[in-house]
Amino acid sequence: MDFINAIVVLTNFTIIPALAYGSQLALGAIFVTLIYAVLRFANFATGDMMSFGTMFAVLLTYYFQSIGLGLGFLPTALLTIPFAIIMMILYMLLIDKFVFSYYRIKKSPPVQFAMVSVGVMFVTQAIIRIIIGPSDRRFLDGEKFILKATEFKEMTGLNEGLTLKSTQAITIVVTLIIVSIMFWFLNKTKTGTSMRAYSDNEDLALLSGIDPKRVVLITWVIAGVLATVGGILYGLDKSYRPFVYFNNMLPIFAAAIVGGIGNPFGAFLGGYVIAFAEILITYAYKRFIAYLVPESMEPDSLMQLLSTDYKFAVSFSILVIVLLIRPSGIFKGKTI
Amino acid sequence: MRKYSNIIAAYSIMLVLILLVGIFQSWSIALTILNYCLISAVMTIGANIQWGYAGLINFGIMGYTALGGLAVVLVSVDPVQQAWQAGGLNILICFWIIVVIVVLIRYLLKYFNKSKYRTYGIAFIIIGGILLLRLTASPGIEAIEAVDPAKTGFLGGMGLPVLFSWIGGAFLAGGLAFIVGKIALGLRADYLAIATLLIAEIVVSIIKHEEWLARGVKNVIGLKRPAPYEIDLQTSQWFINLVEKFHSKKLSMINSITERQDALSQFVIDASSVYVKLCFTGLFLSVVIVLLIVTQKALYSPWGRKMRAIRDNEEAASAMGKNIVKEHLFIFILGSAIVGIAGAMMVTNDGLFTPGSYRPMRYTFVIWVMVIVGGTGNNFGAILGGFVVWFLWVEAAPMALFLINFFTSHLPETNLVRVHLIESAPYFRFLVIGIGLLTIMRYRPKGILPEKIEIK
Repeated sequence: MDFINAIVVLTNFTIIPALAYGSQLALGAIFVTLIYAVLRFANFATGDMMSFGTMFAVLLTYYFQSIGLGLGFLPTALLTIPFAIIMMILYMLLIDKFVFSYYRIKKSPPVQFAMVSVGVMFVTQAIIRIIIGPSDRRFLDGEKFILKATEFKEMTGLNEGLTLKSTQAITIVVTLIIVSIMFWFLNKTKTGTSMRAYSDNEDLALLSGIDPKRVVLITWVIAGVLATVGGILYGLDKSYRPFVYFNNMLPIFAAAIVGGIGNPFGAFLGGYVIAFAEILITYAYKRFIAYLVPESMEPDSLMQLLSTDYKFAVSFSILVIVLLIRPSGIFKGKTI
Repeated sequence: MRKYSNIIAAYSIMLVLILLVGIFQSWSIALTILNYCLISAVMTIGANIQWGYAGLINFGIMGYTALGGLAVVLVSVDPVQQAWQAGGLNILICFWIIVVIVVLIRYLLKYFNKSKYRTYGIAFIIIGGILLLRLTASPGIEAIEAVDPAKTGFLGGMGLPVLFSWIGGAFLAGGLAFIVGKIALGLRADYLAIATLLIAEIVVSIIKHEEWLARGVKNVIGLKRPAPYEIDLQTSQWFINLVEKFHSKKLSMINSITERQDALSQFVIDASSVYVKLCFTGLFLSVVIVLLIVTQKALYSPWGRKMRAIRDNEEAASAMGKNIVKEHLFIFILGSAIVGIAGAMMVTNDGLFTPGSYRPMRYTFVIWVMVIVGGTGNNFGAILGGFVVWFLWVEAAPMALFLINFFTSHLPETNLVRVHLIESAPYFRFLVIGIGLLTIMRYRPKGILPEKIEIK
């Protein structure tokens, strides 16, 4: 019984949150990696683009709530996803047309692209703050929990409760759906294959009659979907605050590089690697161990490897270690 | 003379702008802006050495700035004797443990061939060392943080004059740059950018959360300054006399004696803050001029030529027998050390150390915009970039407010759009900076004052 209690504690406080957080990071990391593979630059506006899409979801959620439109026990935000995605894609294409395409045609070095994306980051941040302001916003409605701790305790008779927030379940399910569709698209359809060819060898792809404009367009469309959905899921699970989204860029980059930048599957797993590392290293194992060892050996301290203040630092340290030992990432990067 | 005409014109425009702020807003604000411009200029000189001379992209400016600030605390604050007695020994032991770990690992790496056992050995040393560190450190840290936590709760510094801390900042930042350079300089440009950004984030989070070191997010206030305090000035006779002489015309117009006294004391208060800021301006200006002369000399020296050769074509330079790895590491340390000086200068200017305020947006990306906008590879350009961008960063909000009021003046005061726009005026600075960067990158990719190298 104690053993099961220990497992429940661990699942409740580490595995479920890490799975949800990892899914959110994974969507962002695939977004980064896709832009890197096809358009060949590190997009420093990642966090703010995700924030931009989420902003529309937040505003539309408020609007739908005011006219009484909802999904019952599901959050209203799910209803806004298609509209937010459309706005996001329009914004990305606009940016691409006025900013990035010039440098793409000139074949500028990646560093210049990165600097340009910093400019885009500034502009996007300004637009977001001017439209919605910098404050913290919650836009979750509907049923908050699928499984409450007390219900679980009654059901199983265990000491420890297991909670499953609806946002966590939604995050994991939606991520799996989006990511499977994306991998199917990249690997099985003709357009996806042409994208992979373009990413692999641009000149050869052009020679075989692949239209670069189309490839770029499709890339931004997929990127828009990933960015918006990732952002909305994060906002539902925690809350929406532009500054936090900007900071999220850093673990997302870490996830993309750890998985091997340019490799979507690597980025997908990288998201979970980063999330699990962050949560497992900063979790206090006191209660978990208390169930496993006899009472006399119960630990006094929190049994925490690092304090939660260092949450971000953990993921960055992992990145540094990966860069040192295996600069190409866990999976070899630079192909989709 | 003609070849400098661009530079002179650009700097005069900048000077006029600052003077305009002085005339229309207040001299105190103008001097604050000027001081921050000078600090930004030092940072851009550092970033320009790395990016403009050697083509190294360093997005970790924030980390070095924060270390420079930390140096001010560690050098100038008086030591907290009680804290040293409580836990100083543990901290010193920890320091030696770290040294032993590093030496042991270096020994293993040097004298043993690469094998599975060596890797296990290194892993064992690291894990064992960390456990040992935690065991020794945690009682010490707890004891230190318990010493009068509202005021101290940290080890304090060395109690030296604050100007020494600027050199200390350079050394701390250079030391970090040495480690980062060893780890990350082999990476490709955009990887290097991300890696440095994340390492800076780690450094800042350590400074934020290790409260025994510099009080972390509880901030250190009331740091020493190299200039007199306003209060002292306001009570010293020579200063009052000076102000009286300066304003004698205005004062003589006032007839009543009490009114004259009131006016005089108001002038003294204003003048004291201006005087203190002028002192800082003088100090900062001398740092900027010294750095400018040194970097300008370096740029035209054989060393500068070598750096440009490496930047423009690494393979060719390598074929000519230049040690690229070594040169990159050296210039990375040099640039970071200068950024460290700037960080120390900034904390000295503010008189307080607030680790919570170090954000990559402000201390990394804005600095980079300064370098790009001003002109990469050109020191005059980099400094100008620091001035222009900082000026815009500060003055964008008032200008935006003015424009919003101007264009919405036909709307009623309570109009929702107008109220919303006025509330969001501070965020127009992001818009101005972003659009400025994008425009410059597109139409003048080498910056306002582009790099011009003449062979002498």
